[in-house]
Amino acid sequence: MQDKILLSMRGIGKNFPGVRALHNVDFTLRAGEIHALMGENGAGKSTLIKVLTGVYGKDAGTISIEGKEVFIRSPQDAQKAGISTVYQEITLCPNLTVAENMFIGRDKNVLVGWGKRYRRAGEILRNLNIPARPRQQLGACSLAVQQMVAIARAVDMDCKVLILDEPTSSLDDKEVEMLFTLMRDLRSQGVGIIFVTHFLEQVYAVSDRITVLRNGELVGEYEVENLPQVELVAKMMGKELQGLSDLKQDDNEAAFTGTPVYEVAHLTSTTGIAPFDFSIRKGEVNGFTGLLGSGRSESVRAIFGADRVSGGTVQVEGKKARISNPKQAMKRGIGYLPEDRKADGIIADLSVRENIILALQVMKGFFHPLSQKEQDAFVDEYIRALDIKTASADTPIKSLSGGNQQKVILARWLLTHPKYLILDEPTRGIDVGTKTEIQRLVRRLAKDGMSVTFISSEIEEMLRTCSRLIVMRDRRIVGELRGTKLSQDNVMRTIAGGEQ
Amino acid sequence: MIQRNPLKRREPLTDTILLTTISIFIFFAMYFAAMQIWGAGFLRWQRVFDMLNDNAALIIVACGLTIVMIGGGIDISVGGVISLVVMCCIVHLNSGGTILTAALLAIGIGLAFGVTQGFLISYLEIQPFIITLAGMFFARGMTTIVSVKPQKVAHEAFNALRAERIEFDALGYFTKKGKLIPARAEIGVVVALVILLLIFIMLRKTKLGRGFYAIGGNSNSALMLGVNVKRTRFISYTISGLLSGIAGFVFMMHTGAGNATNAAGAEMNAIASAIIGGTLLSGGVGNVIGTFFGVMILATINAIVTTSGLSAGAPWWQEITVGAMLCFFILLQSVVLSLRGKGGFKRMIPKWMQGSKQ
Repeated sequence: MQDKILLSMRGIGKNFPGVRALHNVDFTLRAGEIHALMGENGAGKSTLIKVLTGVYGKDAGTISIEGKEVFIRSPQDAQKAGISTVYQEITLCPNLTVAENMFIGRDKNVLVGWGKRYRRAGEILRNLNIPARPRQQLGACSLAVQQMVAIARAVDMDCKVLILDEPTSSLDDKEVEMLFTLMRDLRSQGVGIIFVTHFLEQVYAVSDRITVLRNGELVGEYEVENLPQVELVAKMMGKELQGLSDLKQDDNEAAFTGTPVYEVAHLTSTTGIAPFDFSIRKGEVNGFTGLLGSGRSESVRAIFGADRVSGGTVQVEGKKARISNPKQAMKRGIGYLPEDRKADGIIADLSVRENIILALQVMKGFFHPLSQKEQDAFVDEYIRALDIKTASADTPIKSLSGGNQQKVILARWLLTHPKYLILDEPTRGIDVGTKTEIQRLVRRLAKDGMSVTFISSEIEEMLRTCSRLIVMRDRRIVGELRGTKLSQDNVMRTIAGGEQ
Repeated sequence: MIQRNPLKRREPLTDTILLTTISIFIFFAMYFAAMQIWGAGFLRWQRVFDMLNDNAALIIVACGLTIVMIGGGIDISVGGVISLVVMCCIVHLNSGGTILTAALLAIGIGLAFGVTQGFLISYLEIQPFIITLAGMFFARGMTTIVSVKPQKVAHEAFNALRAERIEFDALGYFTKKGKLIPARAEIGVVVALVILLLIFIMLRKTKLGRGFYAIGGNSNSALMLGVNVKRTRFISYTISGLLSGIAGFVFMMHTGAGNATNAAGAEMNAIASAIIGGTLLSGGVGNVIGTFFGVMILATINAIVTTSGLSAGAPWWQEITVGAMLCFFILLQSVVLSLRGKGGFKRMIPKWMQGSKQ
């Protein structure tokens, strides 16, 4: 490994209206190294990458390449400076050939020289050992190969800094290994690679150094050998390992003795999560935890039938059941509050009333409309019970605050009287007051006999609300914690693979 | 895993070439079937030339549409533009214009439509369907303003040019009295074939042409790859406008007369030809050679329906057949492409045609 400094970002700051996305962040990339950029959601990874690639302008700081300060104002500037990015979604044209994808948009001549183009593409692909042929249509290649073609294009454009933004999220193990081989090859040719990923094992498999960001600030830069996984997790989450176990526990062992309301064996879906077993008892609050992208949302989506289930058996209250779409899940008494409120949850232009009534109406079928009087009664009751702050039941939901929108969706599901309610990140982006209100509500619902699965990125919140935690990592369940074992320390150790 | 010797192995066909091949194959299959069943007329080259003579304008306009559709857009104003061009040119010729100025007028009108629509669609990002629908109504309306009454060209030089035929003795046939009747093609056919060739080369060989495929394949990716998406899209509509102007002139050379319903439905025929020729409405796939055979397939259907006598009592047969064919082609395309995507194509076609996966 060489030690020549290739890219140096100093004191980078970036503000968005009301949010400080990056503050005084330093980042150093040496020639011939693979440098992982790590951080949880909102840590500022993608903002930093976007500043570097010219998608965003920076508010403070300097960027220099090989010692010379550069000013990057657009993606074109970045390319000229030798910075290339390969994104998670492949930004190539599937209808064109491999060779064409490598050269299009870069021609200087009006006429396209096909022979020369194919020959040159063949050379590059051979040099990089990429299993693609120049004349092949890109769409016929596997995703991994497509990604490699994108990298080959970048390499041919004399890139010094190659940014790989979540390149492995849609690849299988074998394809990941192919990509890693390519990355190692490029490293030995002196390219500096910035590797953004949320798979811990992959970081340890290829990286030389790790830079950790949290809440828009630099936590530190570490050599891989000097940073055990468990410490990396602690740094990403911002907790020291010691003295974390003094959180309040209000567990009732009763939750482990009741009958299972819902039980699955070897459930899996087309999103690529490993088959998992799971059960929940009456009155239990449990939670899926893990880092972003560990598969916690995919698991509950499989339970609800929101993604296409590809295997496994389901039992609801001891009886075999088939749940392959959300409507069947709802009929079985399962409710689901999606992670992305804006995209999956609210219907922005409909009123609070209509948003609350929606799920119940779907269950009853559209040929049995609820009368206006029934609607009013239900809606008023839940607006009062959940303390939803809205001008009236007829206000469009988009004019409510995030916390109140969340309560409306909660009311929607409560109205269907589910036996089992899944809450995926119900407290994201809402204020602390409403957060505790929702946590308290979850405990109260459980006391009344409802089973709840709760997902949150904040571990304290999970520990406060759940009596059992299922820990996930790299799309599989790696452990389960309950009772006295429920502590932040243990959760992190399990995520990092230190303790089962 | 890695093909060590790529030269020894034929690459699987790209979607474009595969779909084009299918339409060429279907054209010949249909035409040979017609020769077998109805013989006579279909056995003479003149039948092919008649199909070309009648459809020269359609070939030109369908080429323009192919470009727009490869870029992922649509242009339904072309029929209206043809009719406006025909009417304006006739009025111009009859009031003392020359052939040259009439041709310039045709090109000017076409370009004006192309540039305006292209600008609105590419730079102001308005839906192409809406803009060109508006363009179609506008052009049709203008046609009736120029002249409500049907018009006939009364320009001697033009009529002489119109009557000009290119004769091919070798492709002719002998009458019962032993007299040679050569195969005759109109000048419009030459214009159409030259344009076809130019556009074929442009699409295949130039940076601009490949740009159309890129923006139709995935315009976001094209942008990231450094293609000037807006300008490329603008040019596609401009070319389509220009070609409908030229098509209007060719149409007038063929008919020599015009009325307010000139070239009614030409845009739909052009879209149908492009689709039958293997251009995907979703963009990124297509080829003018395919489009040419698309036009010829439509013309063959037309000829078969006429020859078989179906159209005498029931003129709707032609449209029903075209509708069914269109449906069949779209189904065929999506089946072929989806089988290919899943790698389930093996049983259906030879090995070198398969989409391979690593």
